Amino acid sequence: MEVWRAASRTNEMNERRTDIDRWIGQGAIAEAQAGLSELLSTEGLSNATAAFSVSRYEKLRPHISLIPYRVAILRSLTVEPVVPMLRAAGFANGLDLTVHLGEFNAYAQEILDGTSALYRFGPQAVILATETRSLAPELWSEQGDSGTDGWEAVIARVSQQYRDWIKAFRQRSDAHLILHTLAPPLSPALGVFDAQSDSGQQQALEELNRRIRILAREHRGVYTLDYAALVARQGQENWYDERKWISMRLPIAAAHLPRLAREWLRYLHPLSGRIAKVVVVDLDNTLWGGVVGEDGPTGIRLDGEHPGAAYRALQRALMDLTRRGILLAIASKNNPADALEVLEQHSGMLLRPRNFSAMRINWNDKAESLREIAAELNVGIDTLAFLDDNPVERRRVRTELPEVIVIDLPEDPWQYAGKVRDCPFFERLSLSEEDRHRSEYYAAEKQRATLETSCVTREDFLRSLEQVVEISEVNPSTLGRVAQLTQKTNQFNLTTKRYSEQQISELASNPDCQVWSVRVVDRYMDNGLVGVAITRSEGPTCEIDTLLLSCRVIGRGVETALLAHLAEVARQGGKTRLEGRFLPTKKNAPAREFYSSQGFDVVREEPTATLWGLDLESGAPSWPDWIQHRAPAEVTT
Amino acid sequence: MTGPLWEQVAGMAADVMGVDASTLDERSGPEQIQTWDSVQHLNLVLALEAQFSLQFEPEEIDQMTTLGRIAEIIKAHQGSTTTG
Repeated sequence: MEVWRAASRTNEMNERRTDIDRWIGQGAIAEAQAGLSELLSTEGLSNATAAFSVSRYEKLRPHISLIPYRVAILRSLTVEPVVPMLRAAGFANGLDLTVHLGEFNAYAQEILDGTSALYRFGPQAVILATETRSLAPELWSEQGDSGTDGWEAVIARVSQQYRDWIKAFRQRSDAHLILHTLAPPLSPALGVFDAQSDSGQQQALEELNRRIRILAREHRGVYTLDYAALVARQGQENWYDERKWISMRLPIAAAHLPRLAREWLRYLHPLSGRIAKVVVVDLDNTLWGGVVGEDGPTGIRLDGEHPGAAYRALQRALMDLTRRGILLAIASKNNPADALEVLEQHSGMLLRPRNFSAMRINWNDKAESLREIAAELNVGIDTLAFLDDNPVERRRVRTELPEVIVIDLPEDPWQYAGKVRDCPFFERLSLSEEDRHRSEYYAAEKQRATLETSCVTREDFLRSLEQVVEISEVNPSTLGRVAQLTQKTNQFNLTTKRYSEQQISELASNPDCQVWSVRVVDRYMDNGLVGVAITRSEGPTCEIDTLLLSCRVIGRGVETALLAHLAEVARQGGKTRLEGRFLPTKKNAPAREFYSSQGFDVVREEPTATLWGLDLESGAPSWPDWIQHRAPAEVTT
Repeated sequence: MTGPLWEQVAGMAADVMGVDASTLDERSGPEQIQTWDSVQHLNLVLALEAQFSLQFEPEEIDQMTTLGRIAEIIKAHQGSTTTG
């Protein structure tokens, strides 16, 4: 039996590889991509599977859509075997990661020396992977004894090092910095007395980690990774491999190396902008157990017992995602009446129809439903995550819409919630007020759409919105949201330049530049900060570096109001011309006609852009009369 | 050498070293396979440890000079009953 199982497993593994190579040979790109994703889901991220996947993704790379991202890893441990895992999982998730490894235990010099290979590499994110045993050996080793002075000297020394590193790093790089916190030793030197004493190792490490977290919060673009919690989830006794630490400086057991790669990805996804904005869920055997069309609304499993409780745990995980600004939608093959009866009335449901921003309950192809949902919610198809228990539907979506993020649900429903909670596409490193209330915005948008169809003319509709627009210069409280908008806005974005908070802050303090944020309030709600403009003074010309609006407010005249504001400010500053570029991308077609519709003329065609210009002396766009203009002080939150 | 254990070892070595599994036999090692350097050696060791749920001794890792030796070392860890 054992022999047969091993043999059939090997055959299956070989067949998957043969299929993938055949698809690559035939140029069947979507199939090869789907095959590789399924291979990684089935086999996990072992060193063998990762090596195979990376070599095949290298061949597919020219044909598939990937976000390039540069990561440097500074370390006090051997992480070479983790790099192929990180790259393989990155490829499967749409990220093309270039990884630079610092020398073993040379992280301090590499950060402090402005000419080091680290800075020459030009990273977009840097991970500082350090362990307690190298940074604070007193708190790790068996000789750990604080003596009479307590641990304050060690805590002060190590936190001062972190302070120095962060400061030096920020002077030399605007990359994101991710700091591992320090994990406690397997057993404290003083045994159970450690917890009784106020000079215990555990308490000292907690204090040190607290200070590292405070330091990170004090600096823009610096984050902490809770390494102790990562180790604890697997258990320290399983996580560490002392033999390999001694012989190869690799302290982590082979089975857990993929977890480190996956933990890093939870940071790299939000940093690189490879995120899901909407989760589209199936209903039968996904949100509840059983098939409502066959079992009836009373026959499905959805209660506090096994197995209904597993489905409720998934619903709770999805509910938590909405608090990060992620929208929920439904794509289900069902009779709408059956499904709606459960959604509206079943006592076990945690999610109700109002929690879903879009619904497609019909017998259509799910790929078509996903396309419609993306269009209805005004989001790119590559920001949809698809959650379905049926591997056939997943395969169909993978090959039909390779951009969609397909989550492979395991067979056991008890693992559904964990799979969603661990998914790196749902991670965020900052949350604005807008994020927390996004699903309410979409509910209000639905009402607005209803109004639009009932209004006689378009202008009547725009007037009925009673919009108030406030345009103000960026300040410390809006910096985060402004940077986030530059990173996430794809459609109405003239130049699609991505800026970190750090870079926005530098632009704002440059006397030649101005960074504007746009707030829109209408009769339904305060939409929050939904637009950004960045201008640069070039002699007699005011050049528009960035102009973007969230898709929630496109087509309501706000874009004209923003341009009228920029023209007015430029004129007051003695400028005679307004110029701006349109850089076409795959997604910003809605912005293509913007400058021409506002009376701009083409100055010249450039290899990747069109430069548009407007003479301010002969005319400028005027503020739409259906929008009320408010000075920043009058609209407060 | 044949059998499921050999198939698995050869399959993983092929993945890690980036070669075709059919070109491997029990004498294959760093001497014949150009890509088999110290980093790939560690990757292979870790892949096998994760696959077979075991931890090799440092001495065993040093002795892994051919795929045949590797299969023998794994067999010794598992005992003779499960490998067929």
